[in-house]
Amino acid sequence: MPKDGGIGAATTRREDVRFLTGTGKYTDDIQTHAECAAVFARSTVAHGIIKSIDTSAAADMPGVLAIFTGEDFVEVGGNPAGWLINSRDGEPMKEPKRPVLAHGKVRHVGDAYAAVIAETVQQARDAAEMIEADIEELPAITNMKDALAGDNFVHDEIGTNQCFDWGWIEDNRAATDEAIKNAHHVTTLELVNNRLVPNAMEPRSSIGSYHPGTGDYTLHTTSQNPHLTRLLISAFVMGIPENKLTVIAPDVGGGFGSKIYHYGEEALVLAAAKKLGRTVKWTADRSEAFLTDAHGRDHLTKIELALDKDGNFLAFRTETHANVGAYLSNFATATPTFLHGTLMAGNYTVPLVYVNVKAVFTNTAPVDAYRGAGRPEATYSLERVIDMAAREIGRDPTDLRRQNFIKPDQYPYASAAGLEYDSGNYDALMDKMEEVSDKAGFAARRAESEAKGMLRGFGVNAYIEACGIAPSNLVGILGSRVGLYDAATVRVNATGNLSVMVGAHSHGQGHETVFPQVVAEMLGIDPQSIDIVHGDTSKIPFGMGTYGSRSLAVCGSAVVRATEKIINKAKKIAAHMLEAAEADIDFTDGEFSVAGTDKKVSFGEVALKAYIPHNFPLEDIEPGLEETAFYDPANFTYPSGAYCCEVEIDPETGKVRVDRMTAVDDFGNVINPMVVTGQVHGGLGQGIGQALLENTTYDENGQLLSASYMDYAMPRADDVPYYIVDHSQGNACTHNPLGVKGCGEAGAIGSPPTVVNAVIDAIQSGGINVTHIDMPVSPHRVWAAMNNAK
Amino acid sequence: MYAFDIERPATVADAVAALANEDAQALGGGQTLIPTLKARLASPEKLISLTGIAEMQGISSQDGTLRIGGGTNHATVASETGAIYPALAELASHIGDPAVRNRGTIGGSIANNDPAACYPAAALASGATITTNNRDIAADDYFQGMFTTALDEGEIVTAVTFPIPEKAHYEKFVQPASRFALVGVYVAKFADGVRVAVTGASNEGVHRWTEAEDALSANFSADALADLTVSADDLISDLHGSAEYRAHLVKVMTGRAVSKAK
Repeated sequence: MPKDGGIGAATTRREDVRFLTGTGKYTDDIQTHAECAAVFARSTVAHGIIKSIDTSAAADMPGVLAIFTGEDFVEVGGNPAGWLINSRDGEPMKEPKRPVLAHGKVRHVGDAYAAVIAETVQQARDAAEMIEADIEELPAITNMKDALAGDNFVHDEIGTNQCFDWGWIEDNRAATDEAIKNAHHVTTLELVNNRLVPNAMEPRSSIGSYHPGTGDYTLHTTSQNPHLTRLLISAFVMGIPENKLTVIAPDVGGGFGSKIYHYGEEALVLAAAKKLGRTVKWTADRSEAFLTDAHGRDHLTKIELALDKDGNFLAFRTETHANVGAYLSNFATATPTFLHGTLMAGNYTVPLVYVNVKAVFTNTAPVDAYRGAGRPEATYSLERVIDMAAREIGRDPTDLRRQNFIKPDQYPYASAAGLEYDSGNYDALMDKMEEVSDKAGFAARRAESEAKGMLRGFGVNAYIEACGIAPSNLVGILGSRVGLYDAATVRVNATGNLSVMVGAHSHGQGHETVFPQVVAEMLGIDPQSIDIVHGDTSKIPFGMGTYGSRSLAVCGSAVVRATEKIINKAKKIAAHMLEAAEADIDFTDGEFSVAGTDKKVSFGEVALKAYIPHNFPLEDIEPGLEETAFYDPANFTYPSGAYCCEVEIDPETGKVRVDRMTAVDDFGNVINPMVVTGQVHGGLGQGIGQALLENTTYDENGQLLSASYMDYAMPRADDVPYYIVDHSQGNACTHNPLGVKGCGEAGAIGSPPTVVNAVIDAIQSGGINVTHIDMPVSPHRVWAAMNNAK
Repeated sequence: MYAFDIERPATVADAVAALANEDAQALGGGQTLIPTLKARLASPEKLISLTGIAEMQGISSQDGTLRIGGGTNHATVASETGAIYPALAELASHIGDPAVRNRGTIGGSIANNDPAACYPAAALASGATITTNNRDIAADDYFQGMFTTALDEGEIVTAVTFPIPEKAHYEKFVQPASRFALVGVYVAKFADGVRVAVTGASNEGVHRWTEAEDALSANFSADALADLTVSADDLISDLHGSAEYRAHLVKVMTGRAVSKAK
């Protein structure tokens, strides 16, 4: 077979045929005979005591089949946190129960306290409005610092709003304090990493069904990782044995993290299905998505950078308040800690890092991992304070970074924040970025802007992230309650085509295109003869799902291992067919041959033989050709990048326009450059959205003010520039078989500080001393900052 | 949404008769009402669709005026008025997105009088006449505050007639999420003076900025605004901008509208 569909080919995405022609099949598209509908009654107050819930009027409404309240789930388990974080004093984190439906109290606007099941959605909605809940409103807790000071608690049973007080690396605390105290120069920056609503195009949806004859449950749901959802429902929430529960995540219209987690609605539709013996569907409307999808970010941070007189970094010290919202979502405790604190050495040879994170319960929607998850927060803090330091000590921001970069001959490099980086070349990324962005032309472009009365700024950023979220050994030490490997089964069918069952779930990433490229390359066959099967726990051995830019690095490696097993077995069969010794069989370009002869059989002939084993030596070779591998890597992967952008600011209105944006990333080896470019584009769009537009705001009563697209600004096509994307500077990951690092989140990690650095550069170019503006850098904020500085 | 019935009268007279039922509600292009219904914030028993009424459709010009039927959608105004009244065509071409422009109607916009809508600024600055099923109303009398107009219950905007100025321009600074006007200023220069209408900024809805009108009537140039200040009193303060910011933008947008007027 020609190699043009294998590794490195910019094959167009085969899944786009159905997505772009409207023939995708999403959860809400699934229509089942005699299905009924669930609608939730949700709290309109942020914090209150449920005194009583009267469902009698609702129960009499037409079409109503059942009504559930929190009382119905008192006996079942809570939805647990996946990572155990210990506080600095050794105490385990506070872990209040997260029930299926609110019980005793409601804790955020949108908290569901009842659910109505009716024949139609309309009937269920009508009935839900007839539920009379007597809720005694309590003062809302929305400000993190106030939350830690008062005696008004989101969860009364834990007697505090602090989930944990975590230090990393605690043994470095005193030395870091000392370094900062004695440093030649210390730059201090207080900043907000703004809360984001995930806004997947497809809102969450779940369908529960139950077979009374077998006791089998099926859950169709919008999930990034159906196996984890099954595990959580089985082991923690409902106790349904895993062999009696199938979880299927069909086409999923985006997740960005928000669909990693198990939500109460999934448990509710299963419980209702069993009670009624009916299939029960729930689909969120957009308002529910705003109010109840796990939000992202929401950190308040103070960061200090200590430098010596030559500009060498001596220490980073960070104090962060991380909002976890009203309940702990599944990864909520990992995001601000091990996905954030461990990255706080960045790309730099800084010897000391200390990070303190206080996680705080508030009467807001739960906060969890969102595209980048902790690493954007780390990168933003680091790259903003470095930029500020450069301006304070009169150094070029790029030169100051380069001076402190880890150099290529230092790998593997043990960072001061506790990770071992395997490979990278940050100077080469900077060089490439300066070349492809035409940094040299910036001065002329600035002059052009100034001639129009506009301010132009250049912002730069270097990032490193930890992807391939897996190594079970490592994450176990860090507090993960599960291992984070992945699995794949390669099934060669008798006619020579393949089904590859993978644990990673594709909801925009392009797995259906990219994974076959890997297998096709290894087997020397047409990638079109290979299909990926994902998202169904009954078809796939196991999987930890898709997040943390892990699919190719972890699950792709499992595919490689399973395919290697296929090749090994196929060689045995070929040797038998060719009456040769297995050791003499060569496998090249899809053909098995006997070394030194012209005897050969094709991969297809071997596949057929595997299923028609009339004369197999059955003690040596089993029939069939199907192999499974589980892959658990040795380390995270460490993508890195150098980004720059140019913004133009209208000084009269404060409006910022991103004019140019360049992303040069080291993703290691690249399997499909077109898919990678698309992933970077998406990430850049979300990063620019965070930097300029997206502003999740709760008022002091805990009402979400930005609860619709009328007030929550998503980036549109005309908010983003033409992107210059380059991934030519890859340094292969040293510890996975494909040498890949992960590309899904990079754009969202690298772009926010780049944009803000450019904004500050632009404003300062106008002689106005603005040193920081919090995201989103809206026209109003820019105008106000410039006005205040005048 | 709650359940409702819908009627599609073919004449204004039939629509007026249908709207006499107190639980009936007029439905234009639905760009405000349908989202309101979907959010269950309104529960009319009957919707009277105005989009099938031929006499409310279309655009005509005579004697230096432009008459636009109340049921005419924004896309039609954008594509058909450019030669006669370019500032209005440009305004229409920047309302919402293509889907909004193909459904939303000028009558609906004028009747709703959203404080951040574009058309009210054009109507007020142009000194338009709002024609209903039973009278003509001058724009100065018609707009009476946020979501408030001179319309009586059941009264339908059948047409809006714009005097065509010598020069005009609408300058909109968009609210980043909704892309309604955070502040929009429509400047229209007539032989007998200049009219300036401001949308998006005020708790009172669309309004004229008379100091600017006086200054610009004397000297139609952005420089004429230099000594004017806009009071932040009664201006809107929200997530997207303070009253002070809006006050500042009123002046900036007015200056730009003057500079771009043609």
